[in-house]
Amino acid sequence: MTFRVTSFLAGAAVAAGVTLASFAAQAQDTIKVGVLHSLSGTMAISETTLKDVMLMLIEDQNKKGGLLGKKLEPVVVDPASNWPLFAEKARELVQKDKVAAIFCCWTSVSRKSVLPVVEELNTVVFYPVQYEGEESSKNIFYTGAAPNQQAIPAVDYLAENEGVKRWVLAGTDYVYPRTTNKILEAYLKSKGVKPEDIMINYTPFGHSDWQTIVADIKKFGSAGKKTAVVSTINGDANVPFYKELGNQGVKATDIPVVAFSVGEEELAGIDTKPLVGHLAAWNYFQSIDTPENKAFIEKWKAYTKNPKRVTNDPMEAHVIGFQMWVKAVEKAGTTDPNAVIDALIGVTVPNLTGGYSAMMPNHHITKPVFIGEVKADGQFNVVWNTPAPVVANEWSPYLEGSKDLIADWRAPLSCGNFNVKTGKCGGAGK
Amino acid sequence: MRDPAPRRLRRAAALLAALVALLLVPLLAGPARAQDAGAALARMATEQFAQIEAGIADLTASGSPLALPALEALADGRLYYSPDKSVFIKQADGRWIDARTGAASAADPASPKPVRLNNRVRRALEAALGSLSLMNPDPAKRLAAAEAVVKSRDAAALPAVEAALAKETDPRIRKALSQAKAATTIFLDTATESEKVAAIETVAGRGDQDALNLLGAVRERGTPILKLAAETASAGIERRLALLNGLQNVWYGLSLGSVLLLAAIGLAITFGVMGVINMAHGEMVMLGAYTTFLVQEFLRTRYPALFDLSLPIAIPLAFLVAGAVGVALERGVIRFLYGRPLETLLATWGVSLILQQTVRTLFGANNREVGAPSYMAGSFDFFGLTVTHGRLWIVVFAMAVFACLLFVLKATSFGLKMRAVTQNRRMASCMGIRTPWLDAMTFGLGSGIAGIAGVALSQIDNVSPNLGQSYIVDSFMVVVFGGVGNLWGTLVAALTLGIANKFLEPVAGAVLGKIALLVFIILFIQKRPRGLFAQKGRAVEA
Repeated sequence: MTFRVTSFLAGAAVAAGVTLASFAAQAQDTIKVGVLHSLSGTMAISETTLKDVMLMLIEDQNKKGGLLGKKLEPVVVDPASNWPLFAEKARELVQKDKVAAIFCCWTSVSRKSVLPVVEELNTVVFYPVQYEGEESSKNIFYTGAAPNQQAIPAVDYLAENEGVKRWVLAGTDYVYPRTTNKILEAYLKSKGVKPEDIMINYTPFGHSDWQTIVADIKKFGSAGKKTAVVSTINGDANVPFYKELGNQGVKATDIPVVAFSVGEEELAGIDTKPLVGHLAAWNYFQSIDTPENKAFIEKWKAYTKNPKRVTNDPMEAHVIGFQMWVKAVEKAGTTDPNAVIDALIGVTVPNLTGGYSAMMPNHHITKPVFIGEVKADGQFNVVWNTPAPVVANEWSPYLEGSKDLIADWRAPLSCGNFNVKTGKCGGAGK
Repeated sequence: MRDPAPRRLRRAAALLAALVALLLVPLLAGPARAQDAGAALARMATEQFAQIEAGIADLTASGSPLALPALEALADGRLYYSPDKSVFIKQADGRWIDARTGAASAADPASPKPVRLNNRVRRALEAALGSLSLMNPDPAKRLAAAEAVVKSRDAAALPAVEAALAKETDPRIRKALSQAKAATTIFLDTATESEKVAAIETVAGRGDQDALNLLGAVRERGTPILKLAAETASAGIERRLALLNGLQNVWYGLSLGSVLLLAAIGLAITFGVMGVINMAHGEMVMLGAYTTFLVQEFLRTRYPALFDLSLPIAIPLAFLVAGAVGVALERGVIRFLYGRPLETLLATWGVSLILQQTVRTLFGANNREVGAPSYMAGSFDFFGLTVTHGRLWIVVFAMAVFACLLFVLKATSFGLKMRAVTQNRRMASCMGIRTPWLDAMTFGLGSGIAGIAGVALSQIDNVSPNLGQSYIVDSFMVVVFGGVGNLWGTLVAALTLGIANKFLEPVAGAVLGKIALLVFIILFIQKRPRGLFAQKGRAVEA
């Protein structure tokens, strides 16, 4: 009888398209891992890859004997690039599927949508994408870069090595570019850049007609000072942007563009020959030559059965996040969220670029920063990197509202927005 | 003012000296120079960009005949080095040349690594190649080299520029060379102020963005007199550029308008003429773009020489693919829903999601690379206006498609029947026209044209499953604004919206500009619900 009920439930779940895993094993024999990435809709372009990486990592861990003597079982759900659906699916994963951790999201808005749910239900969440900072949650572990682990070193590189004096901050009109540009603007001004040497430009999602803006950038760059573009333009709009740059003859030697959302995956859709020399700042590049990275790339190509598949930064973040979670669960000896959350702080695992990443008390990880130039084959040539891993500033020291805030989730403080001025937990409010 | 005669004399003397020096250099110091070049090349055998940059400067200064091939190889990424500091040029056939001797390398180099470039090194390299190619027999290369010197303002290139100027006969290259000379003179410490003022005037003669860049640099750090000269000169250029700016906005608007026209013109048939609200219209555009991708993949693997023909081949195929899907959609779904606009809307929206996910499953969610044939890439200068080839062809193509469609509607029997059916379906049926068949064909025509639009859009936008979504709203906007059922209205509306958008964008920004246009259209539709060119007569009321 029990068997029949289980198989009926399993059939229903499969029919609903909720899970890809088979229900061969009983629930208590496995540890379930939630994979919450869009497989359809606009964001599928980026998030499908992350789902595949998670499945590969889980399969790998199971080959090594699983975790705490149990097999790991992935539970894949599709929030369809629909932000409110992210929250619903997260609730479903925790309450119905009883997952031990969720690997989730790409856009900041999807993370913000999941945040109240996972705080209410007390779940461990790993978020693998570079983001604007200004957040620290007890339940979310940020394995992507905060602005000081990507944007600020990139600007420093341009100012020092290319002698850039004039800045175009171009972005898509949503929260990540707006916040990042606010931080960058404050940072540049603190470095003595005059307001008339900063041009800020926002475009809608999926903007495809870049003629005017590229012409404006050319004009802005003609004031006799070296000019660079700092681009927070989101995924899809990048291809027409770079095509227009190439067609209008803006070369990297004249006006370099440094991008924070363009990686190997995005370049796979463009003819990169006119873009040679434009820059990207990340914490990982596929072209970084280390044994760990080589092994990972080979494993990934074998897993996807596609010798042309590329790897990128958020994939590495998931690799790091997953290893950290495994280590913390082993340390805690249980998947109980409170124990794992405490155990995670201080966990150190090797990254793919030959160093180590540590989970800090602010729930962000230490990361090395690399600046790469686009090569003709769509890969990046690393031209600069930080000598040591950088600790994340989750609250930017350059913004009025957040410069007094710190996050520390260790026992006595246990606060994501502790105000050092007022000595109270609860943000910048008086 | 000084007497110009001695100046001319002095310059001639300097020129002569430079020429003599240039002629004597290879004669006098062949082996010594080769050694310099060898040392310079050895400097480049490193990971350090600053060393590579210094190596380039040394190599250029050595005047060795080995310099040009080595630098050209570096620019193409064919310059390699071994751990023992020897430098090699890799040839297209995979053989190695020792860069220090110019002869074929005896043995393959041990663990060669490419000499790396970054933007700084690349800039130094461009400048070096510029000064080295000034005597190239190919006039196009000489012109490019002169332009490179204008950009780099490399004082080290001055003797070479002067020598080249003395020999040059092509007036266009002469002009570029004299501008290059002026551009370097402006920043020369040894040049007198009056020479610099003259140089500023020469540079200002270019009247373009590059000249403005140069003058901008003078205004940053020149003496007061130079600053004044630069300011006067740049004011003149800026006036010219401001005029151009208006022209440029019109051109950008035309180009955006023709993209809108392409996307909307198929809808003008299915929605405008047939009255079907087809939410899957954007997906027809996407199918056309994917057809282009498949054609290109096929040509790339089988007949790489025919790559430039990929678009002409893709156009009829895209028409057939999208048209066939359109006919299937009409026969399978829409014909059961005539006269029920709300159900049609929902059903076609569902179809659009199905098509998107099908393409996503077949081709993956990532963008697909659609290359530009040689005639679509790059740009040309039209009186200081940068016109990109791709955009120009799209404008021409949009107008051609419009003309063809107009011809089909006005001058063929199919078009006549189509108009008859839309005006009075029952009467047309009585006259022996097979109206269901005609509906399917009309819908197929509209969809097929959307497919053709996809071929053009694949050149400027992402080829991804989401391609169609970004055009569907704009397409409806154009058709409604232009007046439902009127092709000319669609043309005028597309171009108006395009140009208005491009004039608003510099003022209000891309986001606000788009909002302003939407608000304008909402208000306009309130006032004239039937659009710009409303159809009149009894057909409308029926």
